[in-house]
Amino acid sequence: MTKKPVISARDLDLTFETNDGPIHALKGVSLDIEKGDFVSFIGPSGCGKTTFLRVIAGLEQATGGDVSVNGMTPEEARKSRAYGYVFQAAGLYPWRTIEGNIRLPLEIMGFARADMPRRIERVLKLVDLEGFGRKYPWQLSGGMQQRASIARALAFDADILLMDEPFGALDEIVRDHLNEQLLALWAKTEKTIGFVTHSIPEAVYLSTKIVVMSPRPGRITDVIESPLPRERPLDIRDTPEFLEVAHRVREGLRAGHAYDD
Amino acid sequence: MRNILSILTVVIAIIALWYVGSFFMNRAWVMDQAARAGETPSLMQQIEGTMTQDRAKLPAPHQVAQELWKGTVEKKVTSKRSLVYHGYITFQSTMAGFALGIFAGVALAVLIVVSRVADLALMPWAIISQTIPVVALAPMIVVLSNAVGFESLIVPKALIAAYLSFFPVLVSMIAGLRSPDGMQLDLLRTYGASQSQVFWKLRLPASLPYFFASLKIAVAASLVGAIVGELPTGAIAGLGARMLIGSQFGQPMIMWSALFAAAILAALLIWLVTGIEALAARMMGGRRA
Amino acid sequence: MKQLSARFERIAWPLGFGIAVLILWQVMVRAFNIPPAILPAPTEIGAAIARSTHILWIDWVQTAVKGAITGLIMGAIAGVAAAIAIDRVDFLRRGLLPVANFVAALPIVGVAPIMVMWFGFDWHSKAAVVVIMVFFPMLVNTLAGLAATDRMQRDLMQTYSASHLQTLTKLRLPAAMPFIFNGLKIATTLALIGAIVAEYFGSPTRGMGFRISTEVGRLGIDMVWAEIAVSALTGTALYALVALIERGVTFWHPSQRRRR
Ligand SMILES: Nc1ncnc2c1ncn2[C@@H]1O[C@H](COP(=O)(O)OP(=O)(O)O)[C@@H](O)[C@H]1O
Ligand SMILES: [Mg+2]
Repeated sequence: MTKKPVISARDLDLTFETNDGPIHALKGVSLDIEKGDFVSFIGPSGCGKTTFLRVIAGLEQATGGDVSVNGMTPEEARKSRAYGYVFQAAGLYPWRTIEGNIRLPLEIMGFARADMPRRIERVLKLVDLEGFGRKYPWQLSGGMQQRASIARALAFDADILLMDEPFGALDEIVRDHLNEQLLALWAKTEKTIGFVTHSIPEAVYLSTKIVVMSPRPGRITDVIESPLPRERPLDIRDTPEFLEVAHRVREGLRAGHAYDD
Repeated sequence: MRNILSILTVVIAIIALWYVGSFFMNRAWVMDQAARAGETPSLMQQIEGTMTQDRAKLPAPHQVAQELWKGTVEKKVTSKRSLVYHGYITFQSTMAGFALGIFAGVALAVLIVVSRVADLALMPWAIISQTIPVVALAPMIVVLSNAVGFESLIVPKALIAAYLSFFPVLVSMIAGLRSPDGMQLDLLRTYGASQSQVFWKLRLPASLPYFFASLKIAVAASLVGAIVGELPTGAIAGLGARMLIGSQFGQPMIMWSALFAAAILAALLIWLVTGIEALAARMMGGRRA
Repeated sequence: MKQLSARFERIAWPLGFGIAVLILWQVMVRAFNIPPAILPAPTEIGAAIARSTHILWIDWVQTAVKGAITGLIMGAIAGVAAAIAIDRVDFLRRGLLPVANFVAALPIVGVAPIMVMWFGFDWHSKAAVVVIMVFFPMLVNTLAGLAATDRMQRDLMQTYSASHLQTLTKLRLPAAMPFIFNGLKIATTLALIGAIVAEYFGSPTRGMGFRISTEVGRLGIDMVWAEIAVSALTGTALYALVALIERGVTFWHPSQRRRR
C-alpha cells in the first residue's frame, strides 16, 4: 500500500508577525492525505486548523517546510483548479441567483457557456437543491445556503474539497442531515476531503482519518485512522466502535490541552 | 506613519501639479505681453512671468498663501479687507444656523419617532426638502424675513444654513432613537416603564452617539449654507460676499483667498466638532455609533 | 388588504400634509392681504407658471439639463473611474483617501467664481462647478464601497485564481453599488445647487439662477416662486430617478429588501 499521497505536508511552520509579537500558528506539521480520504481536523479554537487548510489551498504562505498537492505547489494546484473551498459562512453573492453563484467560478475559470447549465443542474442535484436555482440566496434558509455554497465548490470538478467548519453555524438537526448528505456525495464523487470541525461526533461520523491538533504552537498531536466502514448510516453513532473512536479523539484533545497551564 | 508619508506625498504632488497648471494656464498672457513688446522670453522669464501675475488665471500656490497671510495677519481684524473679519461674519451665521439646525433636527426626529402619523406625513417632505436647491429659495427667505421685520442679514443666512444642516441631524437622530432593540425595550416593559420613561431612560441615551456622529456633516453643511446664503442676498460682508466681489471686479486673488479662507474655516469647524465628539464619547465611556 | 392600506397611508399622509400646507398658505395670504411682492398665493404662482411656460422651459434647459445634469453625469463617471484607478495602487489609496475625505467636507461651491472666470458665462462653467462638487462625494463613496468586501469573499476569488479585473467586475463593483448610489444621491442634491450658484457669478440672459435674481430685483416674486417650483420638481425627480435605479440595481441589499 504505497500509494502516492494527494496532499503531503512536511514539517510545516507558519509564524504570523503581529503587533503583539509573533504568533506560532503552525509548528512542525507533517501529514499525508491519500486520494479519496475524508480527513477531519479537530482541536480547540486557535490551534491552527484554518491556517493549515489555507496553507494547503495556497491562501497562506508557510514560513518553513513544504507542501505539495498532486506533486505541485499549492499555487500551481490552485491554477489547475484542484480545490473547491467551502467557508464557515456560505458567502453567496446576494446580487446573484443560486445558479448565478454556482456559475461564478465557471465564468472566472473560463468554462464554455454552453457547458454551464448542465454543470449547474448536476451539482444542484448533488446537494439536493433542484428547483431552487432561480432563487436569491437571501430567500433560502441557512442550511440551504450552505448546500448551495458546497454546490459552488463542486461545480468545476476539483478533486479536493476543503471545508472550514462548513456546518458550524447551523443547528444540530440540520447538521445531521447535511452530514449524511455529505457522506453520500463523497461516496458518489470519490473526492478527497479536508474538513475542519469543532465537533467530535461530526469528525468521527464523517472521517476515514481524524487529525487532532492543539494550540500554542499549533501542531498535530494525534492521527487516528477510523476503523468504521465507508457505508455509514446515522445510527452508526450508537455502535461501540463509534464510541471507541470518539473516546480516542477526546483523549487526544485532552492530552493536547495538558501541555498548557 | 506610513499613512502620513503617503498623505504628505499626495499633498506635495498636488502642489507640484498646481505649479505646473499655473505655468501653462498663465503662459498665454506672458507670451501675449512679450509679443506686443516684440520680445521672445526665455523659459526662466516665462516661469517668472507666470508666477507673479496679479490677475493670474490660476495663481501659484505661494501667491495664494501670501494673499492669505496678508488678509489674516497683516490686516487689522476690523478692516473691511481682513479675511478674519469676513470669516467671522460667515462663522456667525454658520453657528446660528448650526444651532437652529440641531434644534430643528432633534425636535423633528423626536416627533417622527414618537408619532407614526408624523413619520408618514413629514419624513417624505424632509427628504424632498433636501432635493430642492436652497439657493433658489434663498432670495425668498430674505424677502420674507425682511417682511417679518428682521433687518439684519444674519437671520436669513442662518435659516439657509439651518435648512442644509438639520437633515443629517434628523436622519442620525431617528436612527439613534430607534436603535434600542426589542430585547432592551422588553426589559424596560417588564419593569412596567411608561412610554416617557422608555424615551428618557433608553431611547434618548442610546441616540447620543448617533447625535454626535452627525454633527460633523451638519456643521460642514451649515457652512455651505452660510456661504451660499451670502450670494443672492446682497451681502457685502462674509466669505461668500468676498467671492462675489472678487468675481464682479475681476480680481482672482480675492476669489482664491476667500475660497481658501472658507476651506480653513471648514477645517477649523470640523476639527472643533470632532473634538467635541471625542470628548462626548469619552464621557459616555467610549461608546460610538 | 392590510398591505394595500399601508401603501395607501404612505402616499395619503404626506400628500395630505402637502395639500394642507398649500391651503393654509392660500388662506393666510388672502386673510391677511399679504402683498404679492412679499408672498404670492399658490394660485398666483400657478398662474405665473401657466403664463411663462416658455421662459421656464428655456431656463430649465439652460440650468438643469446643460448645467446640472451634464455636470452630474461627467462628475459621477469621473469620480467612479478615479476611485477604480486609485484603488489599484495601495500607496495612492492610503494617501488620497484622507485628502479626498477632507476635500469632500469643504465648501466646494466656492470654486464657482473661478470656474466662471475660466469657462465663461455659458453653461460650460456651470457644468464645471457641478463636476467638481459631484466628483469628491462620488470618489469617497466608491472607494469606501470597493473596500467593503470581507476577507472571506476575497479569499473565495483567490481560490479560483481570479484576476484583478475579474475580482473587480464580479465581486467588488457589485458589492460597492449601494455605496455608489449613496454617493449619487448626495451628488444629485448638489448638482442643482452648483449649477444655480454659478449663475450668480455670471450667466447669459437665461437660466434659473439668472431669472431668480433679476425677477427679485423687479419684484416679480410670483415668477421667482415659479422657478423655485420648477427647481423643486427637478430636484425631486432627479433624486427619485436615482432611487428607482438604485432599487433595480441593488435589489439584493437588505435596506432595499425590507422595503419590499
Ligand atoms: N492573518 C493572521 N494574522 C495574525 N494571526 C493570525 C492570522 N490568522 C490566524 N492567526 C492566529 O493564528 C492562530 C491560529 O488561527 P486559526 O488557524 O484560525 O485557528 P482555528 O481555525 O484552529 O481556530 C490563532 O492564534 C490566530 O489568532
Ligand atoms: Mg477556524
